Amino acid sequence: MNFEIPKETNTGKIVEVTIGATAEQGGTRSHTVTIGGHTSLPFHFFEGEHPHRPVIAMEVFDKVPAKYPGSLMDYYHDVIDKPADMAKKCVEEHGAELISVRLEGTHPEKGDKSADEAAELVKQVLKSVSVPIIITGHSHFEKTNEVMKKVCEAAEGENCLINYAETDNYKTIAAACIAYNHTIVAQSPMDVNLTKQLNILLTDMNFPAEKIVVDPLTGTLGYGLEYTYSIMERIRNDGLGGDKMLAFPMLINPGYESSRVKEARVSREDYPEWGDQELRGAYWEIATAVSLLAAGAELLIMYHPKAVEAVKKNISEAFDLKNGD
Amino acid sequence: MPLSGLDIFKLLPKTNCGDCGVPTCMAFAMKLAQKKAELSECPHASEEAKETLGAASEPPVRLVKIGKAKPLEIGNETVMFRHEKTFFHQTGIALQLRTSEDEEQLLSKIKEIENYKVERVGEELKADLFFISHDSEEKDVFLKTLQLVKQNSTKGIILDCPDKEALKEGLDWLKDEQPAIFLKEEVTDKDIELAKNHNASLVLTAYSFDDLARQSEKAKQAGVNDLILNLASKNAGLQLQHNTIMRRSALKKNFKSFGYPLFTFIQGENEFDFLAKASLFLCKYDSIIVLPRFNKAMLYTLFTLRQNIYTDPQKPIQVDPKVYPIGEPSPESPVFVTTNFSLTYFIVSGEIENSGISAHLVVCDTEGQSVLTAWAAGKFVGEKIAAFIKDIKLEQQVKTRKLIIPGFVSQISGDLEESLPGWEVIVGCQEAADIASFVKTVKLT
Repeated sequence: MNFEIPKETNTGKIVEVTIGATAEQGGTRSHTVTIGGHTSLPFHFFEGEHPHRPVIAMEVFDKVPAKYPGSLMDYYHDVIDKPADMAKKCVEEHGAELISVRLEGTHPEKGDKSADEAAELVKQVLKSVSVPIIITGHSHFEKTNEVMKKVCEAAEGENCLINYAETDNYKTIAAACIAYNHTIVAQSPMDVNLTKQLNILLTDMNFPAEKIVVDPLTGTLGYGLEYTYSIMERIRNDGLGGDKMLAFPMLINPGYESSRVKEARVSREDYPEWGDQELRGAYWEIATAVSLLAAGAELLIMYHPKAVEAVKKNISEAFDLKNGD
Repeated sequence: MPLSGLDIFKLLPKTNCGDCGVPTCMAFAMKLAQKKAELSECPHASEEAKETLGAASEPPVRLVKIGKAKPLEIGNETVMFRHEKTFFHQTGIALQLRTSEDEEQLLSKIKEIENYKVERVGEELKADLFFISHDSEEKDVFLKTLQLVKQNSTKGIILDCPDKEALKEGLDWLKDEQPAIFLKEEVTDKDIELAKNHNASLVLTAYSFDDLARQSEKAKQAGVNDLILNLASKNAGLQLQHNTIMRRSALKKNFKSFGYPLFTFIQGENEFDFLAKASLFLCKYDSIIVLPRFNKAMLYTLFTLRQNIYTDPQKPIQVDPKVYPIGEPSPESPVFVTTNFSLTYFIVSGEIENSGISAHLVVCDTEGQSVLTAWAAGKFVGEKIAAFIKDIKLEQQVKTRKLIIPGFVSQISGDLEESLPGWEVIVGCQEAADIASFVKTVKLT
């Protein structure tokens, strides 16, 4: 008996989103990065088109994170307080395909750096690397809005990914993205309906659909991963099923979220059953990243070089040999 | 064509004897209709019932058991996505032992694996199986290894033994242990006979769908019902597709030859690559993964992922209701109150920790509901919280008399103060993310 592969075809297609702009397009990037465009579930090459592979960004900081794990410090101790150098190292040594500049230090309670300082830093990073850039803010909306406006202006034409807007501040961030030609991250707290609603709000104000990336909010391994996993699977299924307001590529933060949990920080001496600390930090990130890749993530912001290497390797192998021949 | 519960009921003895473990024949019929039970569990089923129900009542993915004392149960899955219902039988994690290793090394490894367990959210997590690879020339070494495992462990066993004579002796020796036999090569009549005579399941290995379907059909026709499928794939992406196609064929097309649990021996370039592949296959449909090495950090990571993925999405995970110390609290440290929904607990405790202060976190029993849901259901209200605080004798543990409640339930503060004389209730922030700012701006002690 010959086995027939049961294929499921979808009516929907995930929106193709391009980040970065070359000189021709009004920016200074050496190339752009495009995600989305597929017509079947993640890695389901046998029943759909997958023109673009998931990509990995790495993150640099305007302020050394208070609880940055020692296992990561081993890799970055010489550059952690020099974001432009760290960006270069991430791209050249660890294979980052994009760089996220996290502006946590502009938070009024975490340094209160000015919008001008943030803009200056983004310019420096743009100069030191040629890959597309993500600008990552924080939850203090008043300050984030002020900072993002300034940064968007300073990086005019570069088509950065502005990370993030949510229901409370989307108008300000979206307006800045439109004015200076950037792409937006629409973040919602682990909820299909809220995700959809924010996308409708954005497109209703004529924000271009091909400039929206969705962040469903990353619960890391052991800390809500199962919620993110299932929300993403539902969003992806609905998007492919034809719901245009749920058909945007998705971004996740395995690096930031995994670096904050106890498992990445405590020593083997204190928790002997948790095993080697250096491995554990990278493992936590890998398990979060890989499971969410299977659920539909296409842009992953990661921290640990070993985790980046392992995840990239498996993405490449899958895409290099899509159908096994 | 699937039969309805009523159709099935008509074929049952209707004696309500309860021998199947379900109190009535009607209830048993309903379980059969939902494919949550098998007809063989009814000892009094007529031949006619067996024939009619046979095909129709089989679950789309067969339940297979490995081991004796507490057998690992795998398979019997009904959905492609956990949000559609839930995944029922979590992936079994096996560790490889090689018979070429010297006895002392093997023994210490067996003991280490056997004793390794770790607790997370009130659940004890451990490895499930030994995968014994006979890579030595000596038959006796194989038998000796089995003996060591049996003497020191209660875990189930998968035998990977190309020497069929050694395998037979090993199986004789493992009588009643319900082991599994791993076949690297095409299944033979001899393998089928061994499996049947020793109540063992067979792990079939193939390199194409057609070949795997053919082998599965052959084993089934020869009377081996407990099969596990291993379709060798060139990379993780292909395997994800293979696993998806097999699960889909079984569930949606009722393709019987693939209606069995799936298996993978994890191979990779290094420890990070192993983990990446193991994580992917754990999410996407493998019922057994074999790890070539014992590595606590990897196991702990996979246990946690397995717990996450196999949690019933309709039943929130709960943490034990009690007082949790965050950091190193003194009797003067502030007291926060929240619910025992695991996600709420993890986020709140994490944010308090990240704020840099030490505190007592009182986690009330709200049956796993989050703050607003529990409040709406009357489970997170003044009286209930006060009763719990008295119950756990918090007043004897701390000196502070200030209680911080979630900002979303500010309306309960009056009731709570009334029910808890001597305490001052402070309304905290709405979002956990704002705890760090909150503790800086409000005087808590």
